[in-house]
Formats: sequence, structure tokens, C-alpha cells
Amino acid sequence: MSDKLTRSIVRSLQDHKLDRRTFLKLGGISGAGFVLASALPNTTNAADNPSLVGSVDLNAYVSVGEDGKIVILSGTPEMGQGIKTSLPMIVAEEMGANWDDVTVVQTSIVDTDKYGKQGTGGSYTVNANFNLMRQMGATARDMFLSAGALSMELPKQELKAENSVVFHPSSGQSRTFRELVAIAYKQPVPAIEDLVFKGRQEYRIIGTAKSQVDSLEIVTGLGDFGIDTRVPGMLYGAYVKSPSVGGKLISANIEEIRREPGIIDAYLIKGNGEPRELMDGVGIVGTSTWAVFKAKEKVRARWDETLASRDSWTGFKKYAESIDSSTGDREVVSRGEVDQVFSDDSNSVIDSFYEFPYVSHMCLEPMNCTAHFKPGTNGSKDHLEVWLPTQNGPRFQTVAEKLYGLSKAQLTINIKRMGGSFGRRTSFEYACEAIELSKRSGKPVNLTWSREDSIKHDYFRVGGFQKLRAAINADNQVVGWEEHAICVEQKGKLAIGSGFRDGAFPLSNFPTARGTMTLTEMNTLVGPWRAPWSNTHAFVTQCFIHEIAVATGRDHAELLLEMLGEPRWLEEGNIRTMNTGRSADVIRLATEKAGWGREMPAGRGLGLSFYFCHAAHIAEVAEVSVDENKKLTVHKVTVAVDVGPIVNMSGALNQVQGSVIDGLSTMVGQKITMENGIIEQTNFHQYPVLRIAAAPDVEVHFIQSDNEPTGLGEPGLPPLAPAVANAIFAATGERVRKMPLVEEGFSV
Amino acid sequence: MSIIKLRVNQENFELEVTDDMPLLWALRDVIGLTGTKYGCGIGQCGACTVHVNGNPVRSCLMTAADAEGQEITTIEGLAAGGELDILQQVWIDKDVAQCGYCQAGQIMSAAALLASNKKPSDEDIDSAMSGNYCRCGTYIRVREAIHSASQFYDASREATS
Repeated sequence: MSDKLTRSIVRSLQDHKLDRRTFLKLGGISGAGFVLASALPNTTNAADNPSLVGSVDLNAYVSVGEDGKIVILSGTPEMGQGIKTSLPMIVAEEMGANWDDVTVVQTSIVDTDKYGKQGTGGSYTVNANFNLMRQMGATARDMFLSAGALSMELPKQELKAENSVVFHPSSGQSRTFRELVAIAYKQPVPAIEDLVFKGRQEYRIIGTAKSQVDSLEIVTGLGDFGIDTRVPGMLYGAYVKSPSVGGKLISANIEEIRREPGIIDAYLIKGNGEPRELMDGVGIVGTSTWAVFKAKEKVRARWDETLASRDSWTGFKKYAESIDSSTGDREVVSRGEVDQVFSDDSNSVIDSFYEFPYVSHMCLEPMNCTAHFKPGTNGSKDHLEVWLPTQNGPRFQTVAEKLYGLSKAQLTINIKRMGGSFGRRTSFEYACEAIELSKRSGKPVNLTWSREDSIKHDYFRVGGFQKLRAAINADNQVVGWEEHAICVEQKGKLAIGSGFRDGAFPLSNFPTARGTMTLTEMNTLVGPWRAPWSNTHAFVTQCFIHEIAVATGRDHAELLLEMLGEPRWLEEGNIRTMNTGRSADVIRLATEKAGWGREMPAGRGLGLSFYFCHAAHIAEVAEVSVDENKKLTVHKVTVAVDVGPIVNMSGALNQVQGSVIDGLSTMVGQKITMENGIIEQTNFHQYPVLRIAAAPDVEVHFIQSDNEPTGLGEPGLPPLAPAVANAIFAATGERVRKMPLVEEGFSV
Repeated sequence: MSIIKLRVNQENFELEVTDDMPLLWALRDVIGLTGTKYGCGIGQCGACTVHVNGNPVRSCLMTAADAEGQEITTIEGLAAGGELDILQQVWIDKDVAQCGYCQAGQIMSAAALLASNKKPSDEDIDSAMSGNYCRCGTYIRVREAIHSASQFYDASREATS
């Protein structure tokens, strides 16, 4: 990226739609290693070439055209996390490609045998694919080096590849990839164990800032979002479900709905009772999204609510507040003599109670899927094509098999760019609803949820409550730590995102610590939401550590460093565990950069927090002022992050800035409540997203340690709420123990 | 249902719509211009922002019938003559987008701002862009991109004066 204004031509978009038949395929993975296949018109059919037997059907991540243009496939879905740019950057790096020669194309099929993992989530997509991408690139480079050696009659080991050129440093001779491509594809495929990867000091692409590969499509309105799918003969669809989850459809005014303007047909649909697959509903197809949205409002359905949710947020809150004990009945972590330190009269005890609400995903693109079910005829099998915004295409294959008996061969899955997901697009009910409408209407159907549907039928971030206490000795040191989370149980299990896990700081490392839970049943749907459980656990624990610092008159940063203990991995060799040395480094860097400890004017304060999740060590310092009307201004958030080497500096910055703003947005004004099973918020007027004026400056410092690279889609969010809450205390002396802030009288 | 005539991106369209159909859905589902996005349908999020006679309008709140006889510009029409608008180019260079879904609306609001205010302050930007949500939190780069575009507009104005 540069600030130099280089105007592109919109028509060049057409040039990006490459005719893949003119490309050589290079690279691919199989048990046997890498192969390449030729699709050049003038070359031998790859299947006929003895050295290439079977290669045509093998997956290819890299193709190079006769014109030297390079196509790198993106096998994982893009949802704004930047993976469609960062993974191909790794391939291009190892290949020695010039990034300007690269076009990235989403894989047109879901096939994990060919492409490896094709899901994304947990901020692990970079880490999970890093070596595979390096192998893809290094294989292609090796074949170009072989081609260069032949072409220039020079020893291969003396050649290098950079900027799409193979060159001989000592003589200055060189050949471009374009000149070599016809030879390169005939070269032997190196064995994986023979591949040599670049050292970090040799990187020319990894670590630089690249604009997203789809930027041009996004800014011209030609983006590839699922909701924009248009297929010949397509109808638009909508689906009405029980207002409280679990209701069974008895009847509905189908005939009346069919007479509404623009409506083609309406159906009563029986589900399988699995909310992530297909629930009972009234399906409607029509000539426009507007027509089916309007008709949906006219639906009068009778629901058998015997088994439907009766959840009540106020009931949950009353129950949680009635619990006295500091210890719950389900133990997650217990280390050291916890009871002893808390009953020791020479120690003092500090305790606290925190509350956090259910929140919604609020992907700006509502849930949608386009499906075309084609029944088999004359012995041919049924076929289903879907245009599906999803984080996990392979999992959809399982669902299609289970519900419709469709094998992988009977499925065409077009993975669409997601207009946000944050964990939401990991279930398939919107896909199943579209399939049902296509089966009944015989047409392709683009089913789109309204904003109201997307809230009402969300899989929320679960709300909850947490008690904490700490034992403090005469030297003002923390000698005991205890957490008790009041959690949600569903079908006998801890609900997704509820409570905490044993790897959570400080339960994970503190020598005398106990973490327990008390579970209560709630049926409201919940699911993964950006940094599941960490996004609430960071708030309660990192605020509480600040409470301890205040109560003991100690510096917050110093107390945090003391609680981390000696520099060490909690589990040697496992990068998904915390390293207390990396933790200390980010705390020191964030506080230094933010000017921690400086004098602040009245009404203004700094707040610190640290958290470890998703293999990321992050510390954040928020600078906040609060006026006499409790209007909050977050001036700046200073972030220090260690996720190892950064792949795309622009994307990494975007993820951290976005996580901070999303975290603030959530903590300020967002809360989902339910009574008698019904979600009480319907649209953005009752569930506001932070607007631009309230967005703080976000200064990000990366410690690019030599550890494996890991992802940034989630870990920037959890530390934000405690940093801001601690800064509010520093500015005002008011302790925030509940989210959202608007319910505590604050505004932005 | 009535037949209406719309002028969108300097092209004329004749379409049959219900009287209550918002311009948003006429653009997306009838004309087939899907760059304008649906986000909330109640004018809160700004994803559906288009220009009507140069003014930024939430196309989910205006009926297609009411847009008859007016000059409508969507994100697809911003690149006049096939050349990107400076804002679009800056948006690419600054890598503003994350998921990208709100960005058409952001750019249309920004274009309307710069059309009337070539040198907006941070406050001007906050005010003009206050109707556009970004769930991914790209606001910092939205601000930077508008400032950057305003400099280029400035430069091109000086070059032609």
C-alpha cells in the first residue's frame, strides 16, 4: 500500500476474473507430496504424462499463467479477519513471487482432502495453515529454481527467487517466472522433507502491509457477499419461527399469505428440533426480499409452546444474586491450600461480584443462504448447490448428509464472503431453511433474515455473574485467589462461552487458586461470540485485580507482574498456553508507551488490563475522561501484543483496532434480555452499535517474537472492557462491576 | 403495483413495484444493483446509503415511488466513466475495510460530505458519518481515508486552478 494515488479502472475487475484454463497448475498436497498439472493448450495432457499421473485431480494452491500472472487459492472463508489476504501472502513469500503479480481466488469447492482445513475460527487459522502455506510456496519456488538452472545452465543451489524472478546473484543472470513457467511445470516435485523455508530476515512480503485482496470489489459494490447471490430463476425467501425457541408449529394462515403481493407460495415446514439445523416454521417464497418480509409480518401462526423456552433474564439475575457461597459445586481448577489462606486470620479478604449481559452478534450482513435443490431424474442423483456464507464449509457437508442424505459428490458449496461473523456463522439453520424452500418451490431461493430475525434467533454471547475473592497477606501480596461463576447449562452441559476454563489467567498460573461454577438451565440459544468466555472472564478478573491494587495501595502494573511470577511457559512447548515472560513484556511495553503513572487532570484516568487467550499475550491501557454528567470519552487505547511474527501488518492493525472498538461498543450499550423466552430487543434502536464519534485512537505495538505466528481476530477484545472500567475508576472513583455502561448511567 | 421510472447512475429504468417498496429493495432485487446493502431497514445503520440528487439518503426509508424523477447514485455509479473515485482509491490504499459490508454506505456518506466540504475537520467527519455503523470497528481508518481523500481533492483542485 502506498499513499501514492494510482487510479485503477473499474473495468480492470473483469481482468481479475481469470480464465483458469489458461493457467498452469503448480503445487498441491497429497500424501505423496507435491505434484503439478498442466492445463496449457499446447502441452501434453497431464493425465497422459507418466510423471504427472493422477495429478490433475489433486489440489493446487498455486497456478502460474503463461503471462506470468500467479493465482493463489484461498481455501478458508473470509469474514473480515483478513485470512484471504494473509494466507496467500505466506505462499507468495516462500514462492519468491512479486505480490503485484498475485491474484487470490476463493477455492470453488470444499474438499478437505485436497485443501486441508477449510474452516476458520478461534484465531487459529493463520497458525493452523502456516506450514501448509509455506510448503505450497516453497514447492513452487523449488520448481522455478529447477527451471532456472536448466534455462541458464547454472547450478540450482546458486539460484534465488524473488519478485517473480529467478536470479544468480554472483553473475547477475536472471529469468522471470514468466520466461520459466513452461519449463517449471515439468520439473520434479520436491519432497516435503526436502523443502527449505526462508528465514525471517529474508522476508519481503510477510510483515508488510497489504490491502485486502478484495478491496477493489468492496469499494465498488461488486463484493462477493452471500446476500448478493443472484441465480437465474431465483426466488426470495423468508422463514418464520417460534418467537421463543423450541415452539412447535400447529397451524398458520398459509392461504392468506399466498395472496399477499409478490408472494409465490408459502409452506408449513416441520423441523428436526435442532436449532442449529431446522426448526418448525412458515416458509415463504416471493419475487423480492421486500415482498417476503412484508408477508412475514402477516403470518399468524399457532405454536405449541410446551417445550419452548421460558427463560427470564431477571429470574437468572435473582438466582445469581441469591447465591452466597464463594465456592460453586462444579470445580474447574483447584491448586494449593485455598481454604487455609482464606481462613487465616492474618490475611485480609477482598471480594466482589460482577455481572455481564447476553449480547448479540450483530453481523451487519444478516443471516442468509441461497440454495438450489435439483431432484434427480432418470437415475441421476439429487444435487444441492448452496451459496453459503459460513465459517465452516466442511461441517455443512456433514449436516447435508445427515438431513438430506446427500454425499459430498451431490453437493456444490460456494463459500461466500461474510459480512461479519464473529462466531455466528457456525450453525446451518439459515442454510436448511433455504434448502427447504428450494425443495418445495423447485427454484433456487435466496433466503434472507431480517435484522429482527437476526437478533431474535441469534446464538447469543451468554450472560452471567461472577463472584471473586482474594486473600491478602500483611505485605499486601495476593496469597489466595478464588472465582465462582454462575453459569448457564444447556442439555446437561456447560453452555458455549459460559464461565471460564482452567487455562484462564490468573487461575492458570496462580499457586493458590480455585475456580468453580454453579450451573443453572437457560434455553436461550448461545454460541461462540468473539473470544468466547474470555470476553467476559477478562472483564471480571482484570477489574478485580485492579480492585485489589486499589485496596492494597499498590501499583496495578506491579501487582500484575508479581501475580505472573517467574518467566515460564505454563506448558513447555505448547504455544496455546500462557508464557508469563511474554505476558510481562506486553504489560511493560503497553504501560511504557501509554505513559503509565503520569499525573492526570481531574476527571481523567488511565486503566490497565492484561489477558491471555487464543495464544495471544495482550495488554491494553485506556485513557478516559468522564464529565459531571457521566459522559465518557475514551481518548486513546494503547495496546501491546505478542502473537509472534505478523503476517500482514495492515490486517493485524485492523484486527486490533477493530477489536478495541468492538469491545467498547459492546461494553457501552449492548444488552440482550429475555422474558418468558422472548428476546426483548428487536433492532438497532434498542441495541446500539458505537458510532464513529466515540471511536478512540488506538495505538498498537507488536512484539514480533520468534514464536509461531497466531491470529488476532479475537484476542484484542477481552482486555478492552476491564481497561476502560479501570480507567473510569481512576478518573472518578466509581467502580464499574456491570456491563453495559449505559445502565450505570454513563453515556458516550 | 405500479410502473415507475427511476434514473439510477445516469441510466433509466422502468420497473413494477408495490407502492411501499423501499428504494433499497428496488435497487437490489428489481434492478439488480446489489452494492447497496440491507442492514436494519429502520435507518439506523447506514449500510443502504445512496445519493438522491447528491444528498445522502437511507434507501431503506425512502420508497422507490418517491425516488421517481430524481437523480439516484449508488456505489456502482460512483466510479464515473469507469475510473475510481478518489475516495474509492484511498479506501483501497488505506485498507479501510474489514468484512466490507458497511463500506459502500460509508463511502457514499463520505462522498456526500466531501462534495460539500472539501476540507472536513474530525468533527465534521464525525457528524457526517454518524449515521453509518461499522460492526468491525473500522472508524479510525474511515477518518484517515476521508482526510487523505480531501488532500487529494485539494491537490487536484490546485492543479486545475
